[in-house]
Amino acid sequence: MTDLTRLSAAELAEKIHAREVSSAEVTQAHLDRIGQVDDFVHAFLHVDAEGALAAARAVDSALADGQAPVSPIAGVPLALKDVLTTEGVPTTCGSKTLEHWIPPYDATVTRKLREAGVPILGKTNMDEFAMGSSTENSAFGPTHNPWDHARIPGGSGGGSAASLAAFEAPLAIGTDTGGSIRQPGAVTGTVGVKPTYGGVSRYGLVAFSSSLDQAGPCARTVLDAALLHEVIGGWDPLDSTSIDAPVPPVVAAAREGLRGDLTGVKVGVVKEFSGEGYQGGVQRSFEGAVEQLKALGAEVVEVSCPNFVYALPAYYLIAPSECSSNLARFDAMRYGLRVADDGSHSAEEVMSLTREAGFGPEVKRRIMLGTYALSSGYYDAYYGSAQKVRTLISRDFEAAFEKVDVLVSPTTPTTAFKIGERVDDPMAMYLADLCTIPSNLAGNAAMSVPSGLSDEDGLPVGLQIMAPALADDRLYRVGAAYEVARGSITDRVPELKGVSA
Amino acid sequence: MTAVAEVMDYAEVVERFDPVLGLEVHVELNTKTKMFCGCPNEFGGEPNTHVCPTCLGLPGALPVLNGKGVEGAIRIGLALHCEIAEWCRFARKNYFYPDMPKNFQTSQYDEPIAFNGYLDVTLDDGEVVRVQIERAHMEEDTGKSLHVGGATGRIHGAEHSLLDYNRAGVPLIEIVTKPIVGMGERAPEVARAYVTALRDLLLALDVSDVRMDQGSLRCDANVSLMPKGSSEFGTRTETKNVNSFRSVERAVRYEMTRQAAVLVSGGTVTQETRHFQEADGTTSSGRTKETAEDYRYFPEPDLVPIAPAREWVEELRGTLPEMPAARRKRIQTEWSLSAEELRDLFNSGAVDLVEATVAEGAKPNDARSWWVNFLAQEANARETELAALPITPAQVARVAALVDSGELTNKLAREVVKGVLAGEGEPDEVVEKRGLKVVSDDSALLAAVDEALAAQPDIADKIRGGKVQAAGAIVGAVMKATKGQADAKRVRELIIERVGA
Repeated sequence: MTDLTRLSAAELAEKIHAREVSSAEVTQAHLDRIGQVDDFVHAFLHVDAEGALAAARAVDSALADGQAPVSPIAGVPLALKDVLTTEGVPTTCGSKTLEHWIPPYDATVTRKLREAGVPILGKTNMDEFAMGSSTENSAFGPTHNPWDHARIPGGSGGGSAASLAAFEAPLAIGTDTGGSIRQPGAVTGTVGVKPTYGGVSRYGLVAFSSSLDQAGPCARTVLDAALLHEVIGGWDPLDSTSIDAPVPPVVAAAREGLRGDLTGVKVGVVKEFSGEGYQGGVQRSFEGAVEQLKALGAEVVEVSCPNFVYALPAYYLIAPSECSSNLARFDAMRYGLRVADDGSHSAEEVMSLTREAGFGPEVKRRIMLGTYALSSGYYDAYYGSAQKVRTLISRDFEAAFEKVDVLVSPTTPTTAFKIGERVDDPMAMYLADLCTIPSNLAGNAAMSVPSGLSDEDGLPVGLQIMAPALADDRLYRVGAAYEVARGSITDRVPELKGVSA
Repeated sequence: MTAVAEVMDYAEVVERFDPVLGLEVHVELNTKTKMFCGCPNEFGGEPNTHVCPTCLGLPGALPVLNGKGVEGAIRIGLALHCEIAEWCRFARKNYFYPDMPKNFQTSQYDEPIAFNGYLDVTLDDGEVVRVQIERAHMEEDTGKSLHVGGATGRIHGAEHSLLDYNRAGVPLIEIVTKPIVGMGERAPEVARAYVTALRDLLLALDVSDVRMDQGSLRCDANVSLMPKGSSEFGTRTETKNVNSFRSVERAVRYEMTRQAAVLVSGGTVTQETRHFQEADGTTSSGRTKETAEDYRYFPEPDLVPIAPAREWVEELRGTLPEMPAARRKRIQTEWSLSAEELRDLFNSGAVDLVEATVAEGAKPNDARSWWVNFLAQEANARETELAALPITPAQVARVAALVDSGELTNKLAREVVKGVLAGEGEPDEVVEKRGLKVVSDDSALLAAVDEALAAQPDIADKIRGGKVQAAGAIVGAVMKATKGQADAKRVRELIIERVGA
C-alpha cells in the first residue's frame, strides 16, 4: 500500500474525494508518523488527535452521504502554527507566558480551515511570539531540521516547515513577519508563501508586528500551497487591514505553471541580493534556477533596488516598536502566566515579575529596542526614519514591477546553520531574513520554492519569487513552472536516522 | 504640623492673579455597540458580561471601528464649529494599568477628527463668553477597578482589587478647550457654564446620555495662575473626579485659592493630578508627574486611516438640530422674554414642554405660566420630573383655550388641571364631571346677587352712594355662593346694574 504521508495534498484530496481512502485513514497515518518521528523532530507543541480525527470522520461521512467535498482539500490534514488561536486547543506562541492558555475563540484562518473540512493535526513549534529565524527561541525546545538533526529548520515557523519535510503533515500554516514562512521553507526544502499583506485575515493571529504579520500556506508543492491559499484567503470583516478583493486565482495560475512554459514572463534578478555574505552553494543554486527560468522561456534581466539594503535596519525598528506595544497585554491580569501573586506584591509588581519570568531573552530584547525607538525624543530618528525607508522600499518595488513581472533572489543567504551556532549573535541571526524582509515592509506577495540542494553541504536552498501586491497568482505560475523543471527534491529527504519505525 | 494658610481669600486671589483654565471633557457616546467590537454599550450590567476577545484584549483579537462612533464624533465637531479632518488616524497610547486590557489605549493623538472650533457660553447674567475648542478626538474608555478594603476606595490601602471590563472599549470623545484666559473672578463660573452648555449641546445632538453621575460626561479641570499683568502661564494642576456642574465651579475656585496660597508663600505649584473631594470642596494630591509620562504614541497599525467624505460631512451637518444657544435667542425674541424670564424658563427644565404647548395653540405666556409655576409646583410636590407629570402639552393648551374663551376662570382652570393630573380624563371631561363650567346664566346669577345685596344692605347703600369699589364684598359673596363658578366681571356688572336700578 502507498505510504499516505508521502503523497501531496492534491493527490490525497483526489483519493479522499473519490473515496479510495478515507480522511480518517489519511489523518491517522499522519498522526502515526508524528508518533514515530516527532520526538526526534519536535515540530509539534500540541497534537490534537481526537479533534483531527473527528474532523476527518465528519468529512468522510459527508462524502459517504453523497455530498460534494466542502473544499478542494476537504479531508487533507494540516499542521497549524501555534500563533493562531484555536478554540479549546492550547495556543502558546512558543512562550511560557501562554503555556496554559486555551483560547475561547478561533482565528479566522482556523475557522476557514474547519469550514473547509481540514483536520488540524496539532499546533507547531515556533520562535517565541514569532521572533527568530531558527525556532531556537521557543520556550519549549528547538525543532530539528529533518535534513540534518543538528541543524535549525529556520524560523520562526520551523515547526510548520519541519512537519512538511518530515512527512508529518502534507499542509501547514505559517506566519511571515520578516520571512518566517519563506526562510524555514528554504532551509527545509519546502514551499512557503507570504501572501499580499491583507490577503489573509490576521484575526486570531497573535500579533508580533501588526503592520508586517501575514499568515500564509506551507506545503511540499506549489499546487498544494495554492489549494491552501484559496481556502484561507479573502476579506474578513473582523480584520480592518484585510483587503476587500477577490483572492487572486492562485490555483489556476499554479496549474498553468505546471505546463512548464514561461514565455512572455519577465523576471528581474535583484542585484543587491548577491555577493558577500552569500554562501557559494546558495549562489550557485540560485544561478542554476535563473538559467532554468530562461530555459522555460522567461526573459531575465537584472534589476537594482538600491534601498533594499536598508530594509533590515528599518525592520528592526518597526517590528520591535510594534511588538513592544502588542506584547504589553501579557500582564498576568486576565490570562496566561502569573507569578508572585502571593499577597505580598502589588499588581504592578506582579505584572513586572510575570513579564520577567514569562518572556525569553529575544522577546525582551525586542521589547526594549521597540520601547526605546518609540520614546519621546527618539521617535522621529528611529520609528519615523524607518517608516520613510519603508516608503522608499515600496518605491523600489514599484519601479521594478514597471519593468518586470516578478523579482527573484535567494530566499536566505545560507543553508540551514547548526543549532546553537548563532544564538549568541543576534546580528548574524537577523541576517537570515535579509532577502525576505523587503516584501514584508512593502506588503507585496512572495514565495520560497526549493531550488535544489547546495553542492557543498547537500542541504536545501530556496528560490524567492516576489510579485506585486494582489498579484500572488504570478508567484504560483512561475513557482510551479520552475518546480516542474527542477524535479522533486522532497523524495531526497533523508530517512530520519535514529528513528525506530 | 503648624497651621499655615492653605488657601487665600478669593477676593485677594483675583486681585493678585489671573487664572488660566483648560477644560478636558470626556463624553461616552450612546452608540449601541462599543467603539471597536460588537459588545453592547450599556451602563452597568453584571461585571464582565459585556465583553469579547477584542475588548478584553485577548491575544490575536483585532479592533473594527464603529462607524456610528465616527458619525457621533463628526456631529459633535460640527456642532462645536470645528473643522473636520480630511484624513486622520488612531494612535496607540502606551501605558500599563490593570483596567486597560491591552495596556495601550486606542486613541487619536496628533491627528484628531475635529479641531479649531468654539462654543458660546451664556453666564448667569446673560453675558456670552466664547470658549475656543482646540480639538475633539475619538478614543476608547477603560474598564473599572474596584478597590476592596481600605478606607478610601482608592488603590492605596486596598486589600485587593476587582476589575470590570464592561466599560472597556466604550466610545469616548475627548473635547479639549484652548486655554481660557481673561475671565478673572468669573473663571469658576465660566467653567461651570461651559460644561453645562456642552451638556446641553450634547443632549440636543442625542449622542450621549451625558450623565455626570454615571460618568458618561466627565470633566478634568486644568487650572493655573499667573500674576496680574503677566502673560506667561503658571504651572498647572489637573483636577479629576469632578462629578457635577457645581463641582466644576467649586474645584476651579478651590484650586485658585490653593495655588495662590502656595505662590504667595514663595512655593511653587507642583504639576500633578489632583482629586476633587465632594464632601468638603477641596482637592487632594493624586499621582505626581515627576517625569512627564512617555506614552510612546505611534499610529495604530490594526486600523486603517479615516477619510470622511466631504459629502458625508455635509450630510451630517444637515442632521444637526437647533443648537441650544440659537434656540435661547429664538425663544427670547419670539416670546418677547426678558433675560431673567428666559433664564427662569431654561432653569425650570420646561422649555420643551412649553414649546410643545405653544405648538398646540397656547399663548407663550400662558404656556410658560402653566408649566413654570403651577405644574412645576405640582411636580415638586409629587417629587417627580415635569415631563413625568400625567398631563400633555395638548391638554394644557386646551385648558388655556377654555380660560381664553371665558369658559373657565383661572381658579376653575387649576381645578381642571388637577382633575387631569388625577386621571379623570381630558380637560373637557373634567369640566363636565366636576361641573366646573362658569355660570353664565344671568338669571341664576341675579338671584345670587339679590340675595347677597339683601344680606348686606349697608354695602348696597355704599355702592349706591358712589363707592363702586365696595362692590368687591358682594362679588366675593356671590362667588362663594356659586362655588367660584361665576365670571367675576359679569357679577360686578350685574351688581352695579341692580343697585343702580
